[in-house]
Amino acid sequence: MELVDWLSQKKQDIVREWIRVTMEAYPVEALNVLKRSDNQFANPLSHIISTNIALLFDDLLLGVDPERTTPILTELVKVRAVQDFKPSEALQFIIDLKKILFSMKDETVEGGESMPLEQLRKMEEEIDTLAMLGFDIYMKCREKLYEIRANEIRNQTHMLIRRVNEMDKQKEAR
Amino acid sequence: MVKMLEAEELAKDITETPSLLNGKGPDREWMDTPAEFRDGNWAYSAKTKAIESLKMPYARDWSPGDEDWKLPENWKEIISEGFRERLDKFRSFKVFMDICVRCGACADKCHFFLGSGDPKNMPVLRAELLRSVYRNDFTLAGKLLKKFAGARPLTMEVVKEWFLYFFQCTECRRCSVYCPYGIDTAEITMMARELLNLVGININWIMDPAANCNRTGNHLGIEPHTFKTVVESLCEDIEDVTGITINPSFNRKGAEILFITPSGDVFADPGVYTMMGYIMLFEHIGLDYTLSTYASEGGNFGLFNSNELMKKLNAKMYHEAERLGVKWILGGECGHMWRVINQYMDTMNGPTPSYMEDPVSPITGTKFENAVSTKMVHIMEFTADLIKHNKLKLDKSRNDHVRATFHDSCNPSRAMGMLDEPRYVLNNVLNNFFEMPDNTIREQTFCCGAGSGLNTEEIMDVRMRGALPRATALNHVVEKHDVNMLSCVCAIDRATLLALTQYWAPDVEVSGVTELVANALIMEGENEVRDCDLREEPYLGVED
Amino acid sequence: MKIINPLIIVLVLVALAYFGVKAGLTALFGVVIPYIAIVIFLLGFIYKVIGWAKSPVPFRIPTTCGQEKSLPWIKQNKLDNPSSTLGVVIRMALEIFLFRSLFRNTKAEVYEGAKLKYGSNKWLWLGGIVFHWSFLIILVRHSRLFLEPIPGFITFLEKADSFMQVGVPLFYMTDAGILAAVTYLFLRRVVEPQIKYLSMPADYFPLYLILSIAITGVLMRYFIRVDVVNIKALARGLVTFQPTIPDGIGVLFYIHLFLVSVLAIYFPFSKLMHLGGVFLSPTRNLANNNRAVRHINPWNPDIKIRTYEEYEDEFREHMKKVGLPVDKE
Repeated sequence: MELVDWLSQKKQDIVREWIRVTMEAYPVEALNVLKRSDNQFANPLSHIISTNIALLFDDLLLGVDPERTTPILTELVKVRAVQDFKPSEALQFIIDLKKILFSMKDETVEGGESMPLEQLRKMEEEIDTLAMLGFDIYMKCREKLYEIRANEIRNQTHMLIRRVNEMDKQKEAR
Repeated sequence: MVKMLEAEELAKDITETPSLLNGKGPDREWMDTPAEFRDGNWAYSAKTKAIESLKMPYARDWSPGDEDWKLPENWKEIISEGFRERLDKFRSFKVFMDICVRCGACADKCHFFLGSGDPKNMPVLRAELLRSVYRNDFTLAGKLLKKFAGARPLTMEVVKEWFLYFFQCTECRRCSVYCPYGIDTAEITMMARELLNLVGININWIMDPAANCNRTGNHLGIEPHTFKTVVESLCEDIEDVTGITINPSFNRKGAEILFITPSGDVFADPGVYTMMGYIMLFEHIGLDYTLSTYASEGGNFGLFNSNELMKKLNAKMYHEAERLGVKWILGGECGHMWRVINQYMDTMNGPTPSYMEDPVSPITGTKFENAVSTKMVHIMEFTADLIKHNKLKLDKSRNDHVRATFHDSCNPSRAMGMLDEPRYVLNNVLNNFFEMPDNTIREQTFCCGAGSGLNTEEIMDVRMRGALPRATALNHVVEKHDVNMLSCVCAIDRATLLALTQYWAPDVEVSGVTELVANALIMEGENEVRDCDLREEPYLGVED
Repeated sequence: MKIINPLIIVLVLVALAYFGVKAGLTALFGVVIPYIAIVIFLLGFIYKVIGWAKSPVPFRIPTTCGQEKSLPWIKQNKLDNPSSTLGVVIRMALEIFLFRSLFRNTKAEVYEGAKLKYGSNKWLWLGGIVFHWSFLIILVRHSRLFLEPIPGFITFLEKADSFMQVGVPLFYMTDAGILAAVTYLFLRRVVEPQIKYLSMPADYFPLYLILSIAITGVLMRYFIRVDVVNIKALARGLVTFQPTIPDGIGVLFYIHLFLVSVLAIYFPFSKLMHLGGVFLSPTRNLANNNRAVRHINPWNPDIKIRTYEEYEDEFREHMKKVGLPVDKE
């Protein structure tokens, strides 16, 4: 059996576990409020995490493709990048998938087949690629934040900067 | 789509499956969990100069990141005495300290909590930070029963915790809507900030603008001559776009109306387009008005510090109205400014100068009955009335390149209730207007994440977390209706929502409502071909 | 700990009453403590309310939850954003009798594919309203023990409460209601981690206390019959200030009465004072008519402002240069 087929059959379990582990990064009592409401507007965080983790897993089965994977992973990393996490903590959830897969290695799917362990290494590589991609995205998010901070200061004083520039021009003209 | 449904199923599943604890969540009670200061989760402390210029106590060099905050030796007495004084002065405070039953209805209503997952951002716990000390010092049960009654003594750790979390509340009042007793965390945060201020704990982005507003009239500290030239250069921009020359008057005695707007509209991008909008609108209807350089700040940074400072800054409005002899005051688009005007101004600085008159629109003759005492009318009330009476020549199609939604700002919605006026105006100046989901607008609106003086760049992470709920609702209408403009009636929003969209919804721009009104205005004497909006973006159908 | 300790305290209280009465201290538990309790309750309650009332309301700060009154053709939401006293009275009544704000949480929401979603907070509203109304009705029903003759409306209330006509003695719906509601309110503080996290001993204690009171009451009514005639004699004695201790009242009654006394004593010093406080909440009990009617702050401070004169003095030359009018040349 191909690993991908095995994973597809186990998808529900894996994704559920992946979401659970990801959410556990948040203080547990918060977690439960976050879990309470499944309305994406009243409670965006849990919606973003659960939806995109599920999408990400589907994506992973097809093999990481930066162009296709980036938008999904961005949704997740964007949130983590502004929450009080260290960079390693922010991206931990990607690596966590490995642990989840290993913990399931003895489980069987319909037809009694267990995980084709020898193929798991290939999957590990995919996850590593995903983590690297996540790192790029994380850095982009942080850079974006600095850019926004700089923009904000510039915007606040927009007219003054303009005024100074105008005065400079006038001086030059003279 | 199939994928999406699966994801949703799973999301549902997650809500129903009990989760195991992995030990990462605090097993400790919240009282035993000290606040953690990390770069980016606290705002810079106020500079000595600003504090001294406002004659506030304990100006000194310090940083919240430091171990030692260099408080006065008797800081405990000062805070305790200040606490007692405020309990005696504010019934709201006293009642709110006593009656919370910790039902938890507010827990998931705070944007900071929803975006961060930090339990101390639950409004009930935020208030408990203060309540625990109240019980310890002022109630019999707390004195006798201590922790059983939820009491804890005031320590330096508690003060630091106050600082972190009361500057992580935007006084948006959303929790108050859902509280069965109307407990308003904004009120509690205001008291906490007053207490901190007593011992010289304040943040620069509040105190510096406040000092500037006091001295020069606006938050950037721009002196009158520059203020005037800046407005004039905006008029040049108007001329570039429309071909019409406008010369607004400044500090003119005998004008019928004094117009006051937040100075962000004069200096900041994209607020300036809203400022241009006001000037065009007033020109269009031939309003007899003047701008003031002395009272050139509508926004009130004092509101974020203490009632005294709020009063001090707000007093300039009536003072200037009296000096200029205007009949009434028209106020621009601003959130906190309108909290102050609608709920504090008349009480603090009224009664109005004797010869001010009941506000009557000189164009339509409508008397603004709801403002007969304050004598200050909101530009949206004023404009809605103009449109209703057909006094504006509008071409909606000029806004066809705009697909707008409307962000209700916290204060106009929950401290005023101005919900339908801006919507009426928007629907009359553009063809493409879309509402965000029900539980994120009107009185249930989510904060921009940076109100009440938190719109400072060093806490951008905190702000972006707080902005998540608003952004999610926005992205929904972006996906569904291709919305490209987030309109609002608040100057702080015009600054902070821009950061929000840049991070969470990069294709969306931010505008004031009056900017969109001006886009649609058919001005007398305008260029034969008016081919672009105020941002010099071409109108739809016009070749670039 | 914070969950168990309050329970232990309540159990100790029960034991206290049990052994006290067994040791013959019926007068203490039947007369002295109830009198002390009612005095503390009344004085404490009044003291607290006066304490609140003594603090002025400097600013009119209603939380507006709907459209304001502005232009005549814009429809005002008079319930959620009242501008008149009548409007405020209605808003407060809806708040106090129907828990309107809590109910706000519970709106069913439709999204994506017309799926109905309910927030779990609907249960909080339901639990809250069943609990409070049951408590009130039970309290009023109890006045039959103090009054002679029994007023008609109490008989009516009893009839209404027992209209389900289950078994003998008549089964009161409110008895089931209060037991179920208190149990729910307790369980959510234990089961829901975030509510558990923010709860304190002072949140569990009154729940245990009220639950114990309800259980002892229900036991007396349906399972372990007590001599109602004698209980009424005791109650009448208390209200007519001619206290008597009739014989043959079971110890269960004394436990019940003692717990009620403890509740009454505890009441004014605790969060239970929300009963009084809800009426005084400035975000709910004021009209949003600030711009039309001036609100007075009794301690409105005198603040020195930066006057225009000072401002012009500082910037006069600059102002003149750009043609801004000045008051003094």
